[in-house]
Amino acid sequence: MTTATAPKTDLKKTAAQLRIAVIRMIEAASSGHPGGSLSIIDILLYLYTQVLRHDAKKPAWPDRDRLILSKGHACPALYAVMAHCGYFPESELMTLRKLGSRLQGHPDRLRLPGIEASTGSLGQGLSIALGMALAGLMDKKDYRVYAILGDGEMQEGQVWEALMAAPKFKTANLTVIIDSNNGQIDGHVAEIMSLDPLADKLASFGWNVKAIDGHDFGAIGGAFAADRTAVGKPRAVIAHTIKGKGVSFMENQIAWHGKAPNKEEADKAVAELTKGLS
Amino acid sequence: MKATREAFGEALLELGEKKPAVVALDADLSKSTMTLAFAKKYPERHFELGIAEQNMVGVGAGLALCGKVPFITSFACFLVGRLEPLRIAAAYNKTNLKIVGTHAGLGIGDDGASQMGLEDVAAMRALPGMVVLQPADELEAKQAVLWAAAHDGPVYLRLTRQKLADCHKPGYQFQMGRCDLVWAPEPAPKHYQATIFASGGTVGEAVKAAQDLSARQFAAQVVNAATLAPFDEEAVRAAAAVSERLVSVEDHNVNGGLGSAVCEAAAAAGTGVPVVRLGARSFGESGTAQELYDKHGLSAPHIVEACLRNL
Repeated sequence: MTTATAPKTDLKKTAAQLRIAVIRMIEAASSGHPGGSLSIIDILLYLYTQVLRHDAKKPAWPDRDRLILSKGHACPALYAVMAHCGYFPESELMTLRKLGSRLQGHPDRLRLPGIEASTGSLGQGLSIALGMALAGLMDKKDYRVYAILGDGEMQEGQVWEALMAAPKFKTANLTVIIDSNNGQIDGHVAEIMSLDPLADKLASFGWNVKAIDGHDFGAIGGAFAADRTAVGKPRAVIAHTIKGKGVSFMENQIAWHGKAPNKEEADKAVAELTKGLS
Repeated sequence: MKATREAFGEALLELGEKKPAVVALDADLSKSTMTLAFAKKYPERHFELGIAEQNMVGVGAGLALCGKVPFITSFACFLVGRLEPLRIAAAYNKTNLKIVGTHAGLGIGDDGASQMGLEDVAAMRALPGMVVLQPADELEAKQAVLWAAAHDGPVYLRLTRQKLADCHKPGYQFQMGRCDLVWAPEPAPKHYQATIFASGGTVGEAVKAAQDLSARQFAAQVVNAATLAPFDEEAVRAAAAVSERLVSVEDHNVNGGLGSAVCEAAAAAGTGVPVVRLGARSFGESGTAQELYDKHGLSAPHIVEACLRNL
C-alpha cells in the first residue's frame, strides 16, 4: 500500500539516479524541459516515497492521495519518480514524447494510469485539486490532495481565484507546493512579473504557509510532517529551488528551461550526476 | 411556456433527490441560472465560488474526477469566455462536467451586447467529445438535463432567459444526437419548398413562419436541432432529399453554430441543396427580445422571406 520508507540517506542517491533518467529521457526525445524538472524532482521523490498514500498497482484506488503536477512541463521528473515507484517499467521512460507513447510531452491522465489530471496549460491544476479536496471533505474521506505549481505559473489569474477559494472551504486536506526556481521562459520571475512578497500574499489569503529549501530532504520532510493532522487552513509550501539543480552548467540558466541536451551535453551532465552516486 | 433555465432549475432539484452525486457550482448568478432552489435544499452540495468562472470550471472538474456529477452555471458568454479551462479541464480531461450556460443570445433583451452569448456554440462545437445541447421548450429542457446527468462525459447546455412556447407534444422523447420534426403541414407533402432548421429560442419563430407559408400554399417543415454536437447529419441529408432549400435560423452568430453545421452536413453529403443561414451578424444591443429578433433577422417574417427569396 504505502510506498517504501527508504532511509533518507538513500534519497540523495535515488534523486541523482532519477536526475540521470531525466537527462537521458529529454536527450532521447530531443526536446523537453530539464530546468524545471530538475528543480522539482527532490520534492516529487520525497512525496512519492515518504508522504503520499498510494499504490502503483492500484492507481484508481479511491482512498489514495492525489498529486497534480500543474506545471505539467516538468513531467519528465514525475515520470522518472513514477517509474521508480513501479507505475510502469523504467525502460518506458525512453519513449518520452514519441508517437504513441503514454509519456506525452505534458501529463495525460487518459493515457497513463497514475496521472490524476492532464495538465500543461498553466494555472489550472490548483482549481482541479481544490475540487478533489472538496469531494474528499463531502465524502468524509481522509485522502490528501497535493498540487505542484511553478512560480512563473503563479502569474496566471486563475491561480489566485483558486487561492481565494480554498480557505473559504477550509480545505485543510489540500497542500499547494510552489516550485520557486525563479525561472521562466523569458527570464527571471522576479523581473518578468514579480510575485513578492509571495509568502505574505498567501498568508493574507488565508493559507498556512511554510518556506523551505526544496532540495534539503530534512526540510522537505518537515514541511509535510503535519499535513495529515492539519485542520482549518489549506497549506502552502514555498520551495526555494534551483532551476537545473544537480547539473552545474544548467543551474540557474534560463536557457535550459526548455532545451534538450545533445549527446555530449547529456554525457557531461550524467558524468557529474554519477559522482553523486559514489 | 417557460424559460429553459427555469426547466433546468426544476430538473436539477429532481436530480438532487434522485442522484446524490449531483452537485451545483455557481459564480454569483445562482438567482439567474436557477440553481438557487437546489442550493437552498442541498446546501452541502452547492458551492458558491464567487465571480471567478475559470476556477469554477477547474473545481468542477476536480469534483467530477472524484465521482461527483457537477453542474457549473453562469451566463453562456461568461462561461464559454473561459474557453481554455473548458478545453483542458473539461474536454481534454474528459471530465464528467455539466456546463450550463444560461441567457443565451439576443433573446436576453435589455441587458445588451456584453451579456449575450453569441459565440458559445461555435467554441464548444470545436472541443472533441463535448456534447452541445440546446433544448427548445420546457419538456425538452428537462429531459436534456436528465440525459446530461446520466451521460458520462462533458456536456454543454445552452439555455434561454426568455420564456419559450411549448413546441413538443406530451410524450415527446428527447434523443441525444437526433433532430426532430416539430412542425409539418397536414397531410405531409412528399416534397418541400423549404426545410427550416431551428434550435432553442428560434424554434417558435420557425413554426410561425412555416404556418404562415403553409397558408400561402408553400410547403415548409420545421426541424428542431436540440443537439448541436454531435450533429445529426443524417437529418440534414434526409431533409435535403425532399427539399428545394434548407434554411437555418439560430440565436447565435451565423458562423460556427447551427447554420454552419447544416452547411457542413449538406455539403459533405453532396446534396447540392442551397442553405440560407439566418443568425446574428454583429454583436447584440439593448431592446426587447422580439425587437432584437426582428432587427437581427431571426423573427418569423425574416424566415418567411428566407424561404421565398430568389436564390
